[in-house]
Amino acid sequence: MEKYLFIESRDPFESRDVEQSYDLAAQLAREGKTVTLFLVQNGVLPARKSAASAGLEKAAQAGVQILADGFSLRERGIGEGRLTAAVKPAPLDVVVDQLAEGRKAIFF
Amino acid sequence: MATPTTEKKTLTFALMDAPYENERTVTALRLIDIAARRGYNLTVFAYEGAVSLAFAKQAPHANAVHGRDAAQEDHPMPRDWIAAVLAVAEKNGGKIDWINCGLCVDERGVGEAIPGTRRGSPADLWKAAEASDNTLVIGTR
Repeated sequence: MEKYLFIESRDPFESRDVEQSYDLAAQLAREGKTVTLFLVQNGVLPARKSAASAGLEKAAQAGVQILADGFSLRERGIGEGRLTAAVKPAPLDVVVDQLAEGRKAIFF
Repeated sequence: MATPTTEKKTLTFALMDAPYENERTVTALRLIDIAARRGYNLTVFAYEGAVSLAFAKQAPHANAVHGRDAAQEDHPMPRDWIAAVLAVAEKNGGKIDWINCGLCVDERGVGEAIPGTRRGSPADLWKAAEASDNTLVIGTR
């Protein structure tokens, strides 16, 4: 089975393109692919429950695993208790794990 | 979550951002550091503004506004970060082949790079990607 790693560093309030990366991840998951969406830098901002979280929740419902870089969360003062249920905190090591595994990876 | 493999892997990273401009550089170096600590063999292809990351003449400066001299200011130098990840790789039995795109170097006049890095060409990126288990391109936006 094909496996994908999307690394999203952008804040959806900065760029509408972010919605498209969420949608592409969701579409791949609906097609039965294994997809991880790893949020980093300002990409973690919608992981906090907000108006911008809907896209993440939709992707999670489609089967996308959504992780948020713990370091980026701490830098921005976002505690784990404030995350939407669709997102789990994770170390950046996961990205290296999945690169080593040979996933098709793209950094947005 | 994937289980970290103990197998020695080969990864390639392509970096494009100039120093001091974007958090992507920090993320890239964090990824390289993690892989280096695992003893992986890594190729880093720095192109466009990223060729200045390893520029040897980066100099720390004082901060007159805050009344601090250069030592007190302790300004971070990307060239030192690169030297640090090169050392981490060596310590853990891996290696980093840090290649600065020669075309981009010449355009920017940053030919004096720190030891442990080398000059190359875009063809080196292709060769490295061909020989790697995976490649991650971290481009400028």
